[in-house]
Amino acid sequence: MTVAQRPSVSESESRLHPLFVAALAGDAAAYQQFLKELAAHLRAFLRKRLARMPDEVEDLVQETLLAVHNQRHTYDTRQPLTAWVHAIAKYKWIDFVRRHAGRDALHEPFDDDDELLAASDEDAADARRDVAALLALLPERQRLPIVHVKITGLSVAEAAALTGMSESAVKVGIHRGLKALAARMRGTR
Amino acid sequence: MRTDDLVTMLARGGAPADSHAVARRYAVGLSAGAGVALLLVTMVLGVRPDLASAMRLPMFWIKFGYVAALAAASVMLALRLSRPGERVGWTPMALAAPVIAMWVLAFVAVERGGGQEFASQFFGRTWRSCPLLIAGLSIPLFVAMLWVMRGMAPTRLRAAGAVAGLVAGTGAALVYALHCPELGPPFLGFWYVLGMLVPTATGALLGPRLLRW
Repeated sequence: MTVAQRPSVSESESRLHPLFVAALAGDAAAYQQFLKELAAHLRAFLRKRLARMPDEVEDLVQETLLAVHNQRHTYDTRQPLTAWVHAIAKYKWIDFVRRHAGRDALHEPFDDDDELLAASDEDAADARRDVAALLALLPERQRLPIVHVKITGLSVAEAAALTGMSESAVKVGIHRGLKALAARMRGTR
Repeated sequence: MRTDDLVTMLARGGAPADSHAVARRYAVGLSAGAGVALLLVTMVLGVRPDLASAMRLPMFWIKFGYVAALAAASVMLALRLSRPGERVGWTPMALAAPVIAMWVLAFVAVERGGGQEFASQFFGRTWRSCPLLIAGLSIPLFVAMLWVMRGMAPTRLRAAGAVAGLVAGTGAALVYALHCPELGPPFLGFWYVLGMLVPTATGALLGPRLLRW
């Protein structure tokens, strides 16, 4: 069942902003907490907007989380976090509906009077698309760094030693691999 | 993969994010694009031979300020459209102001000449080539700006494409001013703007296709 909380936007902003700022400075625990809470907000936001396609919600939550991660360098820490994540979520939602317009001819109006951080939903459904399967399709120089560092949890230096790649090639592989993963997510629906 | 696992994966191995990534990409893209345009002007078109004497005329600097202000405002607008949730604010006004100022100056210049000099001030000697050369010179900057924008997260793709083109157009005009002999305000207010609008329109057309993320 759905656990719907109603935190106020400014409450969420003042909770999530310091978490994200710490995450950008390299704090992995703060980043995990931030993404977890953001996922719940995204779920509530998208469930409401994709009421007729409930099966697609979790896929789009994941796609949006990856977009937030890949585009995090465009966040200016002086900017309200609410505005930044809301713009990304809205962009991903509209992009999704446009992709499906030919197939399902949705007529959802794109008005969004309520803010993303106004609602939260921690009840994750199953994603239909398997990110792990998409990951397997990436070229080795991108896949191996992601598997070793982001999934197994090795350090960049350990992954470099294991694969025979340089440390910077491992970092570039992760970066480009996650971008390629996002592109495949857009293309596989 | 469950969402919780994706969250763990994204957060793991958290290295500090590059806080200067946006500025660096703009700096690299703009200097590469403008560098190629500058090479084209000096090697192919040639710098106007009377540049030193032209630089003593106030109108030369008014022209320079006009194009530089447009270039600066278009970069400001591009930066705003690069970041999700950022408001464009006053930047469209900053873009319109130099053009309006040039039109006022053109009106005054034509009035003062009693309307007789209008044709010579408006067409100058190079009206046929000017917009084409500005549009042509904007190509390296246009490619560079698309590369810059593709590394950003624009949420309004058509506007972002248009402003990427506008940056290319205004940057090209700035470089072209080294070659261009024209100083008439009506000329600058029309043919320069026309040249800048070619890459702008192209960017608006291509933006939705090329800038998706």
